[in-house]
Amino acid sequence: MATEHIDVHHVAGLARLELTEAECAVFQRQLEAILGHAESLAALDVTGIEPTSYPAPVYDVMREDEPRASIPPEAVLANAPDQAQGQIRVPKVIADA
Amino acid sequence: MSLATATISALRKQLVAGEITAVDIVDALAASISAQDGEIGAYLATNLDDARAQAAAADLSKPLGGIPIALKDNINVLGEQCTCGSKFLAKGYTAPYDAHVTGLLRASGAVLFGRTNLDEFAMGSATENSALKVTRNPHDLSRIPGGSSGGSAAAVAADLAIAALGSDTGGSIRQPASHCGIVGLKPSYGRVSRYGLVAFASSLDQIGPMTKSVEDAALLLQAIAGPDHRDSTCLNVPVPDYSADLHKGVAGMKLGIPKEYFGEGIDAEVRARVQASVKRLEAAGAEIVEISLPHTEHAVATYYIIAPAEASSNLSRFDGIRYGQRAASPADLLDLYKRSREEGFGPEVKRRIILGTYVLSSGYYDAYYTRAQKVRTLIRRDFENAFQQVDAILTPVAPAPARKIGEFADDPLHEYLSDIFTLGPNLAGLCAISVPAGTVTSDTGTELPVGLQILAPHMAESTLLRVAKAAEM
Repeated sequence: MATEHIDVHHVAGLARLELTEAECAVFQRQLEAILGHAESLAALDVTGIEPTSYPAPVYDVMREDEPRASIPPEAVLANAPDQAQGQIRVPKVIADA
Repeated sequence: MSLATATISALRKQLVAGEITAVDIVDALAASISAQDGEIGAYLATNLDDARAQAAAADLSKPLGGIPIALKDNINVLGEQCTCGSKFLAKGYTAPYDAHVTGLLRASGAVLFGRTNLDEFAMGSATENSALKVTRNPHDLSRIPGGSSGGSAAAVAADLAIAALGSDTGGSIRQPASHCGIVGLKPSYGRVSRYGLVAFASSLDQIGPMTKSVEDAALLLQAIAGPDHRDSTCLNVPVPDYSADLHKGVAGMKLGIPKEYFGEGIDAEVRARVQASVKRLEAAGAEIVEISLPHTEHAVATYYIIAPAEASSNLSRFDGIRYGQRAASPADLLDLYKRSREEGFGPEVKRRIILGTYVLSSGYYDAYYTRAQKVRTLIRRDFENAFQQVDAILTPVAPAPARKIGEFADDPLHEYLSDIFTLGPNLAGLCAISVPAGTVTSDTGTELPVGLQILAPHMAESTLLRVAKAAEM
C-alpha cells in the first residue's frame, strides 16, 4: 500500500457521484489521511488467514420455494419521482438510430 | 413526577393495575417534547394524534402493551417517512412496508412513537452529519449527543421518550448511550432481523434497545429478537427469557479487563469512572482478570475499510430512479445518477462511498478489502480466545466524554479514531452494552455522563444483561 494513490475525481466517477472541484480537493486530503492510517494493516502477517465476510455462521440459507405476497406495485410506484403506464419513467437509455 | 420520566417496567405495572392509561403516557411525553425538544432537537417527526390513537387501542395484556417506543429514522414504518437524516430521502419516500422490528413492536402492544434524528444513513459519531437537524446533548446543550443514534439517546435521556430503538454498526447505539447517560444494547449479529433497517454495512448492522434501565433493555430486546425469513443472516436460534437471570449477580463470574483498552489516548477521568465500575463488580463477587486483545489497534483501519466498502455497495440503490431525490432535467441516465447523488448526499456519506468504492476497485481490492477481512478474522479470534478465559469483558465506551458541537469538523480521521473501543464487537459479531458509570465535570461545570462497556460472546445476551444489571448504579 503506497500513499498518494487515490484519485478522488476518478473514483467519484466510478461511484456515480458528480463532485465539485472544491469537494474533490477536501476529500483528496482527508482520504489520503485515512488511507495512510489504513497502511498499518500492511505490516500484519495474514498468511493462511481466512477472510471474515460475516461474523456469524450463515451459509447457504435456504427456504421453501413457495410464492409469497410482495409489496403491491402501486405502493412501490407511489414513491417514484416520475412514472407512466404503471412503470417508473427514466431518461432514454437507447441511442438514436 | 411526570410519567415521561418512568421506565417501561414501572409503567407496565401501573398500566396493568389500571392506575394510568396508555394515553396518559403519550400526553406526558407530548408535554416534555413541547417543553424541551425545541432546544434538544431529538425528534425529526412525531405524530401525537396517531400515537394517542394507538395508545387508546393498545392491548395492555401484551408484553409492551401501551408503552410508547421511539424509532431511529432509518427503520421503516408503513406509511411514514424514513429520512435516514438525508436530503436524499427527505422528500419522495414513504415507507411501503414495516421493518421486522416494527411489526414485532406492534405485535407486542407498543405504541410507535416518533422518529429520532441520526447521522445521515447512520454514518457518524455525533449526529452532526444529519442533513436535517441539530441534536444537542441534554446534559450540556453545547455538546454532541453522540451518534449515530443521537436522537434516540437524547430523547430517552431527556424524558422525551420512554425507550427507543437505535441501530449500531460500529458503536452507534453504545456511544450515544454513553454520552447521554442511558443504557444502549447492541445485540449479537443475527439476533435481530435487519429487514426494513436501511442498510449501511450489512455484515455489521444490528438494531437494538436504548433505555433508562438494564431491566428495560431486557424487555425491549425480548420484543425484537428472533428469526425472520426475510433476513437470511438472522439466526434461527431460540430466544431465552432475558429477564430471567437479570438479578443473579456476578458472584463467581470472571470478567476480563483488556489492557489495550486502558492505555494511551483515554481521558483520565473516563478511565477512573470505568475503573470504579470494575471495582464495584469485583466487590459484588466477580473475579477480575487482565486479558489481552492484541489486534485492538487495527480495529479502526479494518472497520473503515469494510464498513465503507459495504456502504458503497448498499447506497448504490439511491440512484434517483425509484424513490427520493431525482435531479431535474438530466442530460442522460448517467447524468441523472450522478447529479441526484451529488444533490442528495452530504459530505460524510460521499466520503465513505468514495473510500468504499476505492477499496473495492480493481487493483486495490486485495490490498485493502481482502486484507481487512483477514484482519477481521484476527480480531474475531482475539475475542474468541479471551472468552475462553472470561465470561464477559469490561471496557470504556468512548475515550472521552461528549465533545463540543463543531469540534474536529474538518478531521474525519480524528473522529474515526474515537470509535476505537466500540468497533471490535461489531467486527466480531458480539453482543455489547453501554451502562452509565458516573459523570465527569466539564470545564463549564456541566456533568457529562460516562459509560461502561460490557462485551459478551455471540448470543450471550443473558450473560451481558446480568453483568450490566450488577454494574448499574
